[in-house]
Amino acid sequence: MSEDVLLVKDLYAGYGNQEVIRGVSLKVSKGEKVVIMGPSGSGKSTLLKSIVRLVEPWKGLIYINSINVLDPRTDIRKVRQMVGFVFQSYNLFPHMTVLRNITLPLETVKKMPKEEAIQKAIKVLRLVGMEEFKDRYPLQLSGGQQQRVAIARALAMDPVLLLLDEPTSALDPELKEEVLDVLRDIAKRGISMLIVTHELDFAEDVADRIVFMDDGRIIEEGPPHRVLYNPRIDRTKKFLRAIARRVFR
Amino acid sequence: MAWNKLGVIGMDTTNPLFFIMNLIPYLAEGLLMTLQISVLSFFFGLCLATLLTLMRVFGNLPLRTISRAYIEAFRGTPVLVQLLLIYFGLPSIGIKFDPVTAAIITLSLNSAAYQAEILRSSIKAIPETQYLSAESLGMSTFQIYRYVILPQALRTAVPALVNEMVALVKESSLASVIGVVELTRRGEYMVAYTFRALEVYIAVALVYLVVCLALSQLSKVIEAKFRIPGYERGRA
Ligand SMILES: Nc1ncnc2c1ncn2[C@@H]1O[C@H](COP(=O)(O)OP(=O)(O)O)[C@@H](O)[C@H]1O
Ligand SMILES: [Mg+2]
Repeated sequence: MSEDVLLVKDLYAGYGNQEVIRGVSLKVSKGEKVVIMGPSGSGKSTLLKSIVRLVEPWKGLIYINSINVLDPRTDIRKVRQMVGFVFQSYNLFPHMTVLRNITLPLETVKKMPKEEAIQKAIKVLRLVGMEEFKDRYPLQLSGGQQQRVAIARALAMDPVLLLLDEPTSALDPELKEEVLDVLRDIAKRGISMLIVTHELDFAEDVADRIVFMDDGRIIEEGPPHRVLYNPRIDRTKKFLRAIARRVFR
Repeated sequence: MAWNKLGVIGMDTTNPLFFIMNLIPYLAEGLLMTLQISVLSFFFGLCLATLLTLMRVFGNLPLRTISRAYIEAFRGTPVLVQLLLIYFGLPSIGIKFDPVTAAIITLSLNSAAYQAEILRSSIKAIPETQYLSAESLGMSTFQIYRYVILPQALRTAVPALVNEMVALVKESSLASVIGVVELTRRGEYMVAYTFRALEVYIAVALVYLVVCLALSQLSKVIEAKFRIPGYERGRA
Protein backbone atom coordinates (compact mmCIF):
# COMPACT_ATOMS: atom_id res chain seq x y z
CA MET A 1 0.00 0.00 0.00
CA SER A 2 2.89 2.34 0.69
CA GLU A 3 3.62 2.76 -3.03
CA ASP A 4 0.02 3.79 -3.72
CA VAL A 5 -0.36 7.53 -3.85
CA LEU A 6 -4.13 7.11 -3.98
CA LEU A 7 -6.19 4.22 -2.79
CA VAL A 8 -9.98 4.37 -2.98
CA LYS A 9 -12.01 1.47 -1.71
CA ASP A 10 -15.73 0.85 -2.06
CA LEU A 11 -16.56 4.54 -2.15
CA TYR A 12 -20.13 5.83 -2.04
CA ALA A 13 -21.02 9.51 -2.45
CA GLY A 14 -23.84 11.72 -3.67
CA TYR A 15 -25.94 14.81 -3.12
CA GLY A 16 -28.87 14.88 -0.71
CA ASN A 17 -30.30 11.42 -1.10
CA GLN A 18 -29.22 11.01 -4.73
CA GLU A 19 -26.52 8.36 -4.86
CA VAL A 20 -23.94 9.26 -7.53
CA ILE A 21 -20.85 7.18 -6.71
CA ARG A 22 -21.89 3.59 -6.11
CA GLY A 23 -18.99 1.58 -4.83
CA VAL A 24 -15.86 2.74 -6.65
CA SER A 25 -12.46 1.19 -5.96
CA LEU A 26 -9.42 2.72 -7.58
CA LYS A 27 -5.66 2.89 -7.19
CA VAL A 28 -3.04 5.28 -8.46
CA SER A 29 0.50 4.21 -7.69
CA LYS A 30 3.52 6.49 -7.54
CA GLY A 31 4.13 8.20 -10.88
CA GLU A 32 1.18 6.49 -12.51
CA LYS A 33 -1.17 8.31 -14.90
CA VAL A 34 -4.76 7.10 -14.80
CA VAL A 35 -7.38 8.42 -17.20
CA ILE A 36 -11.07 8.28 -16.36
CA MET A 37 -13.63 8.25 -19.17
CA GLY A 38 -17.35 7.89 -19.14
CA PRO A 39 -20.58 9.50 -20.27
CA SER A 40 -21.72 12.83 -18.90
CA GLY A 41 -23.46 12.41 -15.56
CA SER A 42 -21.70 9.14 -14.78
CA GLY A 43 -20.11 10.71 -11.67
CA LYS A 44 -16.54 11.48 -12.81
CA SER A 45 -16.45 14.98 -11.33
CA THR A 46 -18.13 13.81 -8.16
CA LEU A 47 -15.54 11.07 -7.76
CA LEU A 48 -12.65 13.52 -8.13
CA LYS A 49 -14.24 15.99 -5.72
CA SER A 50 -14.99 13.35 -3.13
CA ILE A 51 -11.34 12.26 -3.09
CA VAL A 52 -10.42 15.56 -1.40
CA ARG A 53 -13.81 15.88 0.29
CA LEU A 54 -15.01 18.82 -1.79
CA VAL A 55 -18.01 16.51 -1.86
CA GLU A 56 -18.42 14.63 1.40
CA PRO A 57 -18.27 10.84 0.80
CA TRP A 58 -20.95 8.66 2.40
CA LYS A 59 -18.86 5.61 3.07
CA GLY A 60 -15.76 3.79 1.90
CA LEU A 61 -12.04 4.29 2.32
CA ILE A 62 -9.69 6.87 0.84
CA TYR A 63 -5.94 6.87 1.47
CA ILE A 64 -3.62 9.48 0.03
CA ASN A 65 0.06 8.78 0.67
CA SER A 66 -1.11 6.42 3.42
CA ILE A 67 -3.09 9.19 5.12
CA ASN A 68 -6.62 8.13 5.96
CA VAL A 69 -8.57 10.96 4.31
CA LEU A 70 -11.95 10.07 5.82
CA ASP A 71 -10.66 9.74 9.38
CA PRO A 72 -12.32 12.58 11.33
CA ARG A 73 -8.97 13.26 13.01
CA THR A 74 -7.33 13.99 9.65
CA ASP A 75 -6.98 17.69 8.84
CA ILE A 76 -8.47 17.76 5.36
CA ARG A 77 -6.69 21.02 4.56
CA LYS A 78 -3.35 19.23 4.98
CA VAL A 79 -4.53 16.62 2.49
CA ARG A 80 -5.72 19.25 0.01
CA GLN A 81 -2.30 20.92 0.13
CA MET A 82 -0.83 17.67 -1.13
CA VAL A 83 -3.30 17.19 -3.96
CA GLY A 84 -3.56 19.57 -6.93
CA PHE A 85 -7.02 20.05 -8.44
CA VAL A 86 -7.53 21.45 -11.94
CA PHE A 87 -11.10 22.28 -12.91
CA GLN A 88 -12.81 22.27 -16.28
CA SER A 89 -13.58 25.99 -15.90
CA TYR A 90 -10.05 26.99 -14.65
CA ASN A 91 -11.48 28.87 -11.63
CA LEU A 92 -8.66 31.36 -11.25
CA PHE A 93 -9.34 34.28 -8.91
CA PRO A 94 -10.30 37.05 -11.35
CA HIS A 95 -9.41 39.98 -9.09
CA MET A 96 -5.76 38.96 -8.74
CA THR A 97 -2.89 38.94 -11.19
CA VAL A 98 -1.64 35.63 -12.54
CA LEU A 99 1.33 35.85 -10.18
CA ARG A 100 -0.83 36.59 -7.14
CA ASN A 101 -3.11 33.68 -8.00
CA ILE A 102 -0.12 31.43 -7.41
CA THR A 103 1.60 33.22 -4.52
CA LEU A 104 -1.60 33.57 -2.46
CA PRO A 105 -1.99 29.86 -1.64
CA LEU A 106 1.77 29.52 -1.19
CA GLU A 107 1.78 32.35 1.36
CA THR A 108 -1.49 31.62 3.14
CA VAL A 109 -1.55 27.82 3.05
CA LYS A 110 2.12 26.87 2.87
CA LYS A 111 3.25 29.89 4.93
CA MET A 112 6.00 30.52 2.41
CA PRO A 113 7.80 33.89 2.69
CA LYS A 114 6.73 36.32 -0.02
CA GLU A 115 10.01 36.39 -1.93
CA GLU A 116 10.27 32.62 -2.02
CA ALA A 117 6.65 32.37 -3.15
CA ILE A 118 7.32 34.74 -6.03
CA GLN A 119 10.38 32.75 -7.12
CA LYS A 120 8.38 29.54 -6.96
CA ALA A 121 5.47 31.07 -8.89
CA ILE A 122 7.76 32.27 -11.66
CA LYS A 123 9.34 28.86 -11.86
CA VAL A 124 6.02 27.06 -12.40
CA LEU A 125 4.77 29.74 -14.77
CA ARG A 126 7.87 29.14 -16.88
CA LEU A 127 7.05 25.45 -16.86
CA VAL A 128 3.67 26.11 -18.51
CA GLY A 129 5.01 28.86 -20.77
CA MET A 130 3.12 31.67 -19.03
CA GLU A 131 5.94 33.59 -17.37
CA GLU A 132 5.55 36.67 -19.53
CA PHE A 133 1.87 36.94 -18.54
CA LYS A 134 2.53 37.04 -14.80
CA ASP A 135 1.19 40.58 -14.36
CA ARG A 136 -1.96 40.06 -16.40
CA TYR A 137 -5.36 39.36 -14.89
CA PRO A 138 -7.09 36.06 -15.65
CA LEU A 139 -9.91 37.61 -17.69
CA GLN A 140 -7.34 39.21 -19.97
CA LEU A 141 -6.18 35.75 -21.04
CA SER A 142 -7.55 33.13 -23.41
CA GLY A 143 -9.13 30.01 -21.96
CA GLY A 144 -6.08 27.95 -22.81
CA GLN A 145 -3.77 30.43 -21.09
CA GLN A 146 -6.01 30.53 -18.02
CA GLN A 147 -5.97 26.77 -17.82
CA ARG A 148 -2.17 26.73 -18.06
CA VAL A 149 -2.03 29.17 -15.14
CA ALA A 150 -4.45 26.95 -13.19
CA ILE A 151 -2.15 24.01 -13.82
CA ALA A 152 0.84 26.08 -12.67
CA ARG A 153 -1.05 27.06 -9.51
CA ALA A 154 -1.71 23.42 -8.72
CA LEU A 155 1.91 22.46 -9.42
CA ALA A 156 3.29 25.25 -7.24
CA MET A 157 1.97 23.42 -4.18
CA ASP A 158 4.28 20.48 -4.98
CA PRO A 159 1.42 18.00 -4.97
CA VAL A 160 1.93 14.25 -4.68
CA LEU A 161 -1.13 13.77 -6.87
CA LEU A 162 -2.76 15.91 -9.54
CA LEU A 163 -6.51 15.60 -10.15
CA LEU A 164 -7.65 17.04 -13.47
CA ASP A 165 -11.36 17.28 -14.31
CA GLU A 166 -11.81 17.60 -18.08
CA PRO A 167 -9.08 20.25 -18.28
CA THR A 168 -9.59 20.90 -21.99
CA SER A 169 -13.28 20.34 -22.58
CA ALA A 170 -14.21 24.02 -22.13
CA LEU A 171 -11.63 25.05 -24.75
CA ASP A 172 -11.93 25.68 -28.46
CA PRO A 173 -10.20 22.95 -30.49
CA GLU A 174 -7.28 25.20 -31.42
CA LEU A 175 -6.60 25.96 -27.75
CA LYS A 176 -6.81 22.37 -26.53
CA GLU A 177 -3.42 21.39 -27.89
CA GLU A 178 -1.43 24.02 -25.96
CA VAL A 179 -2.90 22.71 -22.73
CA LEU A 180 -2.50 19.05 -23.67
CA ASP A 181 1.14 19.71 -24.58
CA VAL A 182 1.73 21.22 -21.14
CA LEU A 183 0.09 18.20 -19.54
CA ARG A 184 2.20 15.78 -21.59
CA ASP A 185 5.25 17.66 -20.45
CA ILE A 186 4.23 17.51 -16.79
CA ALA A 187 3.38 13.83 -17.08
CA LYS A 188 6.98 13.13 -18.06
CA ARG A 189 8.14 14.63 -14.77
CA GLY A 190 6.87 11.66 -12.88
CA ILE A 191 4.00 13.17 -10.93
CA SER A 192 1.01 10.93 -10.27
CA MET A 193 -2.07 12.03 -12.17
CA LEU A 194 -5.76 11.14 -12.25
CA ILE A 195 -7.27 12.75 -15.31
CA VAL A 196 -10.84 12.87 -16.52
CA THR A 197 -10.64 13.44 -20.27
CA HIS A 198 -12.13 12.34 -23.54
CA GLU A 199 -9.09 13.27 -25.62
CA LEU A 200 -8.36 9.85 -27.08
CA ASP A 201 -4.91 10.61 -28.53
CA PHE A 202 -3.79 12.25 -25.32
CA ALA A 203 -5.12 9.35 -23.24
CA GLU A 204 -3.33 6.85 -25.43
CA ASP A 205 -0.05 8.79 -25.14
CA VAL A 206 -0.09 9.53 -21.47
CA ALA A 207 -2.23 7.00 -19.63
CA ASP A 208 -0.80 3.94 -17.95
CA ARG A 209 -4.33 2.82 -17.39
CA ILE A 210 -7.80 3.87 -18.53
CA VAL A 211 -10.80 3.50 -16.28
CA PHE A 212 -14.34 3.55 -17.61
CA MET A 213 -17.18 4.84 -15.49
CA ASP A 214 -20.88 4.49 -16.02
CA ASP A 215 -23.68 5.29 -13.62
CA GLY A 216 -21.39 5.74 -10.64
CA ARG A 217 -19.43 2.52 -11.12
CA ILE A 218 -16.22 1.47 -12.83
CA ILE A 219 -17.33 -0.87 -15.57
CA GLU A 220 -14.03 -1.52 -17.30
CA GLU A 221 -10.35 -0.76 -16.87
CA GLY A 222 -7.06 -1.69 -18.41
CA PRO A 223 -4.10 -0.45 -20.45
CA PRO A 224 -4.97 2.21 -23.07
CA HIS A 225 -4.55 0.13 -26.23
CA ARG A 226 -6.71 -2.65 -24.82
CA VAL A 227 -9.54 -0.43 -23.55
CA LEU A 228 -9.51 1.91 -26.52
CA TYR A 229 -9.16 -0.64 -29.34
CA ASN A 230 -10.62 -3.74 -27.83
CA PRO A 231 -13.18 -2.86 -25.17
CA ARG A 232 -14.95 -5.85 -23.62
CA ILE A 233 -18.04 -4.11 -22.36
CA ASP A 234 -20.78 -3.01 -24.76
CA ARG A 235 -21.35 0.26 -22.95
CA THR A 236 -17.68 1.18 -23.38
CA LYS A 237 -17.76 0.30 -27.07
CA LYS A 238 -20.82 2.44 -27.67
CA PHE A 239 -19.33 5.35 -25.79
CA LEU A 240 -16.01 5.19 -27.64
CA ARG A 241 -17.81 5.02 -30.95
CA ALA A 242 -19.78 8.12 -29.99
CA ILE A 243 -16.61 10.05 -29.12
CA ALA A 244 -14.86 8.92 -32.28
CA ARG A 245 -17.80 10.05 -34.37
CA ARG A 246 -17.65 13.45 -32.67
CA VAL A 247 -13.94 13.76 -33.44
CA PHE A 248 -14.01 12.68 -37.05
CA ARG A 249 -17.20 14.38 -38.11
CA MET B 1 -35.80 89.98 14.01
CA ALA B 2 -35.67 86.76 12.16
CA TRP B 3 -35.82 88.55 8.84
CA ASN B 4 -32.70 90.47 9.66
CA LYS B 5 -30.91 87.49 11.01
CA LEU B 6 -31.41 85.66 7.77
CA GLY B 7 -30.52 88.76 5.83
CA VAL B 8 -33.41 88.19 3.48
CA ILE B 9 -34.51 91.83 3.79
CA GLY B 10 -33.35 93.78 0.82
CA MET B 11 -32.89 90.67 -1.26
CA ASP B 12 -33.78 91.12 -4.92
CA THR B 13 -37.02 89.12 -5.33
CA THR B 14 -38.09 90.39 -8.72
CA ASN B 15 -36.05 87.95 -10.79
CA PRO B 16 -37.02 84.36 -9.80
CA LEU B 17 -33.74 82.87 -11.06
CA PHE B 18 -31.75 85.37 -9.07
CA PHE B 19 -33.95 84.74 -6.09
CA ILE B 20 -33.35 80.97 -6.26
CA MET B 21 -29.60 81.45 -6.57
CA ASN B 22 -29.58 83.81 -3.62
CA LEU B 23 -31.47 81.31 -1.49
CA ILE B 24 -28.86 78.62 -1.82
CA PRO B 25 -26.34 80.08 0.66
CA TYR B 26 -29.12 80.18 3.27
CA LEU B 27 -29.79 76.53 2.67
CA ALA B 28 -26.15 75.54 3.01
CA GLU B 29 -26.29 75.30 6.77
CA GLY B 30 -29.23 72.93 6.48
CA LEU B 31 -27.29 70.90 3.95
CA LEU B 32 -24.55 70.42 6.53
CA MET B 33 -27.04 68.82 8.92
CA THR B 34 -28.48 66.69 6.10
CA LEU B 35 -25.03 65.38 5.25
CA GLN B 36 -24.16 64.79 8.89
CA ILE B 37 -27.30 62.70 9.42
CA SER B 38 -26.99 60.71 6.22
CA VAL B 39 -23.26 60.04 6.40
CA LEU B 40 -23.40 58.92 10.04
CA SER B 41 -26.48 56.78 9.36
CA PHE B 42 -24.69 55.20 6.42
CA PHE B 43 -21.66 54.19 8.48
CA PHE B 44 -23.56 53.01 11.55
CA GLY B 45 -25.88 51.20 9.14
CA LEU B 46 -22.93 49.56 7.42
CA CYS B 47 -21.52 48.32 10.74
CA LEU B 48 -24.83 46.81 11.76
CA ALA B 49 -25.32 45.42 8.26
CA THR B 50 -21.96 43.68 8.50
CA LEU B 51 -23.05 42.06 11.75
CA LEU B 52 -26.41 41.04 10.24
CA THR B 53 -24.64 39.58 7.21
CA LEU B 54 -22.19 37.62 9.36
CA MET B 55 -25.14 36.23 11.32
CA ARG B 56 -26.91 35.31 8.11
CA VAL B 57 -23.96 33.73 6.32
CA PHE B 58 -22.16 32.01 9.18
CA GLY B 59 -24.75 31.87 11.96
CA ASN B 60 -26.76 28.94 13.23
CA LEU B 61 -30.50 28.77 12.64
CA PRO B 62 -31.56 31.11 15.51
CA LEU B 63 -29.03 33.76 14.46
CA ARG B 64 -30.05 33.47 10.83
CA THR B 65 -33.70 33.81 11.80
CA ILE B 66 -33.07 36.89 13.94
CA SER B 67 -31.14 38.51 11.11
CA ARG B 68 -33.85 37.76 8.58
CA ALA B 69 -36.63 38.93 10.89
CA TYR B 70 -34.78 42.20 11.48
CA ILE B 71 -34.33 42.79 7.77
CA GLU B 72 -37.95 41.98 6.97
CA ALA B 73 -39.25 44.20 9.79
CA PHE B 74 -37.29 47.26 8.75
CA ARG B 75 -37.89 46.84 5.05
CA GLY B 76 -41.56 46.09 5.50
CA THR B 77 -42.51 49.27 7.39
CA PRO B 78 -42.26 52.96 6.37
CA VAL B 79 -39.22 54.88 7.61
CA LEU B 80 -41.48 57.72 8.69
CA VAL B 81 -43.41 55.38 10.98
CA GLN B 82 -40.11 54.04 12.36
CA LEU B 83 -38.97 57.61 13.05
CA LEU B 84 -42.20 58.60 14.78
CA LEU B 85 -42.08 55.41 16.82
CA ILE B 86 -38.57 56.06 18.02
CA TYR B 87 -38.98 59.79 18.66
CA PHE B 88 -42.53 59.95 20.00
CA GLY B 89 -43.18 56.34 20.96
CA LEU B 90 -40.13 55.29 22.97
CA PRO B 91 -40.33 58.13 25.55
CA SER B 92 -43.46 56.45 26.94
CA ILE B 93 -41.23 53.59 28.09
CA GLY B 94 -38.62 56.00 29.33
CA ILE B 95 -36.25 56.08 26.31
CA LYS B 96 -35.83 59.61 25.09
CA PHE B 97 -33.61 61.03 22.35
CA ASP B 98 -33.13 64.52 21.01
CA PRO B 99 -34.41 64.93 17.44
CA VAL B 100 -31.03 64.65 15.69
CA THR B 101 -30.09 61.49 17.60
CA ALA B 102 -33.51 59.98 16.97
CA ALA B 103 -33.14 60.67 13.24
CA ILE B 104 -29.67 59.13 13.07
CA ILE B 105 -30.74 56.05 15.05
CA THR B 106 -33.80 55.49 12.90
CA LEU B 107 -32.01 55.90 9.61
CA SER B 108 -29.08 53.73 10.76
CA LEU B 109 -31.38 50.91 11.85
CA ASN B 110 -33.38 51.19 8.65
CA SER B 111 -30.42 51.45 6.33
CA ALA B 112 -28.72 48.47 8.00
CA ALA B 113 -31.54 46.25 6.73
CA TYR B 114 -31.07 47.42 3.14
CA GLN B 115 -27.28 47.32 3.29
CA ALA B 116 -27.37 43.81 4.76
CA GLU B 117 -29.44 42.69 1.78
CA ILE B 118 -26.91 44.30 -0.57
CA LEU B 119 -23.97 42.57 1.14
CA ARG B 120 -25.71 39.22 1.23
CA SER B 121 -26.69 39.29 -2.44
CA SER B 122 -23.20 40.32 -3.53
CA ILE B 123 -21.71 37.44 -1.57
CA LYS B 124 -24.26 35.08 -3.09
CA ALA B 125 -23.32 36.34 -6.56
CA ILE B 126 -19.82 34.84 -6.27
CA PRO B 127 -19.94 31.50 -8.06
CA GLU B 128 -19.57 28.23 -6.16
CA THR B 129 -16.50 27.42 -8.27
CA GLN B 130 -14.53 30.18 -6.52
CA TYR B 131 -15.09 28.50 -3.15
CA LEU B 132 -14.26 25.10 -4.63
CA SER B 133 -10.98 26.18 -6.13
CA ALA B 134 -9.92 28.00 -2.94
CA GLU B 135 -10.87 24.98 -0.83
CA SER B 136 -9.03 22.65 -3.17
CA LEU B 137 -5.85 24.63 -2.48
CA GLY B 138 -6.23 24.00 1.24
CA MET B 139 -7.32 27.50 2.24
CA SER B 140 -9.28 27.93 5.48
CA THR B 141 -12.80 29.36 5.53
CA PHE B 142 -11.45 32.62 6.94
CA GLN B 143 -8.78 32.85 4.24
CA ILE B 144 -11.34 32.08 1.53
CA TYR B 145 -13.59 34.93 2.60
CA ARG B 146 -10.74 37.31 3.34
CA TYR B 147 -8.83 36.88 0.08
CA VAL B 148 -11.23 35.43 -2.45
CA ILE B 149 -14.91 36.07 -1.70
CA LEU B 150 -15.11 39.47 0.04
CA PRO B 151 -12.79 41.40 -2.30
CA GLN B 152 -14.97 40.33 -5.21
CA ALA B 153 -18.28 40.74 -3.37
CA LEU B 154 -17.46 44.26 -2.18
CA ARG B 155 -16.68 45.33 -5.72
CA THR B 156 -20.10 44.06 -6.77
CA ALA B 157 -21.69 45.89 -3.83
CA VAL B 158 -20.26 49.38 -4.48
CA PRO B 159 -22.93 50.70 -6.88
CA ALA B 160 -25.78 49.44 -4.69
CA LEU B 161 -24.15 50.84 -1.53
CA VAL B 162 -23.73 54.27 -3.11
CA ASN B 163 -27.34 54.02 -4.19
CA GLU B 164 -28.24 53.41 -0.57
CA MET B 165 -26.25 56.50 0.44
CA VAL B 166 -28.24 58.53 -2.11
CA ALA B 167 -31.47 57.13 -0.66
CA LEU B 168 -30.31 58.18 2.82
CA VAL B 169 -29.63 61.76 1.73
CA LYS B 170 -33.20 61.96 0.48
CA GLU B 171 -34.76 60.09 3.40
CA SER B 172 -32.99 62.34 5.91
CA SER B 173 -35.52 65.01 4.87
CA LEU B 174 -38.01 63.10 7.01
CA ALA B 175 -36.10 64.33 10.07
CA SER B 176 -37.72 67.73 9.42
CA VAL B 177 -40.96 66.19 10.69
CA ILE B 178 -39.56 65.87 14.21
CA GLY B 179 -38.03 69.33 14.11
CA VAL B 180 -34.47 68.71 12.96
CA VAL B 181 -33.33 71.78 11.06
CA GLU B 182 -31.80 70.18 8.02
CA LEU B 183 -32.09 71.14 4.39
CA THR B 184 -35.83 70.63 3.98
CA ARG B 185 -36.72 72.25 7.30
CA ARG B 186 -34.54 75.22 6.40
CA GLY B 187 -36.56 75.47 3.20
CA GLU B 188 -39.77 75.50 5.21
CA TYR B 189 -38.48 78.42 7.26
CA MET B 190 -37.60 80.29 4.11
CA VAL B 191 -41.10 79.76 2.79
CA ALA B 192 -42.54 81.09 6.02
CA TYR B 193 -40.41 84.24 5.71
CA THR B 194 -40.76 84.86 2.00
CA PHE B 195 -44.08 83.21 1.02
CA ARG B 196 -42.36 82.08 -2.17
CA ALA B 197 -42.92 78.34 -1.86
CA LEU B 198 -42.29 77.54 -5.53
CA GLU B 199 -38.87 79.16 -5.75
CA VAL B 200 -37.75 78.00 -2.31
CA TYR B 201 -38.62 74.36 -2.89
CA ILE B 202 -37.02 74.47 -6.33
CA ALA B 203 -33.85 75.70 -4.63
CA VAL B 204 -34.10 72.94 -2.00
CA ALA B 205 -34.63 70.30 -4.69
CA LEU B 206 -31.65 71.62 -6.65
CA VAL B 207 -29.36 71.23 -3.65
CA TYR B 208 -30.49 67.63 -3.13
CA LEU B 209 -30.03 66.95 -6.82
CA VAL B 210 -26.47 68.29 -6.87
CA VAL B 211 -25.49 66.18 -3.85
CA CYS B 212 -26.99 63.02 -5.32
CA LEU B 213 -25.39 63.59 -8.72
CA ALA B 214 -22.04 64.08 -7.02
CA LEU B 215 -22.51 60.77 -5.21
CA SER B 216 -23.30 58.93 -8.45
CA GLN B 217 -20.16 60.42 -9.90
CA LEU B 218 -18.21 59.20 -6.87
CA SER B 219 -19.63 55.73 -7.42
CA LYS B 220 -18.32 55.72 -10.98
CA VAL B 221 -14.87 56.75 -9.77
CA ILE B 222 -14.79 54.00 -7.13
CA GLU B 223 -16.05 51.39 -9.58
CA ALA B 224 -13.44 52.37 -12.14
CA LYS B 225 -10.69 52.24 -9.54
CA PHE B 226 -11.60 48.75 -8.39
CA ARG B 227 -12.72 47.32 -11.71
CA ILE B 228 -11.30 43.87 -12.32
CA PRO B 229 -9.06 44.14 -15.39
CA GLY B 230 -10.46 42.19 -18.30
CA TYR B 231 -13.90 42.12 -16.74
CA GLU B 232 -15.31 44.92 -18.89
CA ARG B 233 -15.03 42.64 -21.88
CA GLY B 234 -17.63 40.32 -20.45
CA ARG B 235 -19.93 43.21 -19.70
CA ALA B 236 -23.16 43.70 -21.60
N1 LIG C 1 -23.62 20.00 -6.81
C1 LIG C 1 -24.49 19.03 -7.16
N2 LIG C 1 -25.68 18.94 -6.54
C2 LIG C 1 -26.56 17.97 -6.88
N3 LIG C 1 -26.35 17.06 -7.84
C3 LIG C 1 -25.21 17.10 -8.51
C4 LIG C 1 -24.21 18.09 -8.21
N4 LIG C 1 -23.16 17.88 -9.04
C5 LIG C 1 -23.48 16.81 -9.80
N5 LIG C 1 -24.69 16.35 -9.49
C6 LIG C 1 -25.36 15.19 -10.10
O1 LIG C 1 -24.52 14.07 -9.94
C7 LIG C 1 -24.51 13.29 -11.11
C8 LIG C 1 -23.09 13.08 -11.58
O2 LIG C 1 -22.54 14.33 -11.93
P1 LIG C 1 -21.01 14.54 -12.26
O3 LIG C 1 -20.20 13.95 -11.17
O4 LIG C 1 -20.80 15.99 -12.54
O5 LIG C 1 -20.84 13.68 -13.58
P2 LIG C 1 -19.76 13.80 -14.74
O6 LIG C 1 -18.64 14.62 -14.25
O7 LIG C 1 -19.39 12.38 -15.02
O8 LIG C 1 -20.46 14.40 -15.90
C9 LIG C 1 -25.40 13.98 -12.12
O9 LIG C 1 -26.66 13.35 -12.11
C10 LIG C 1 -25.51 15.38 -11.59
O10 LIG C 1 -26.76 15.91 -11.90
MG1 LIG D 1 -17.84 16.40 -15.00
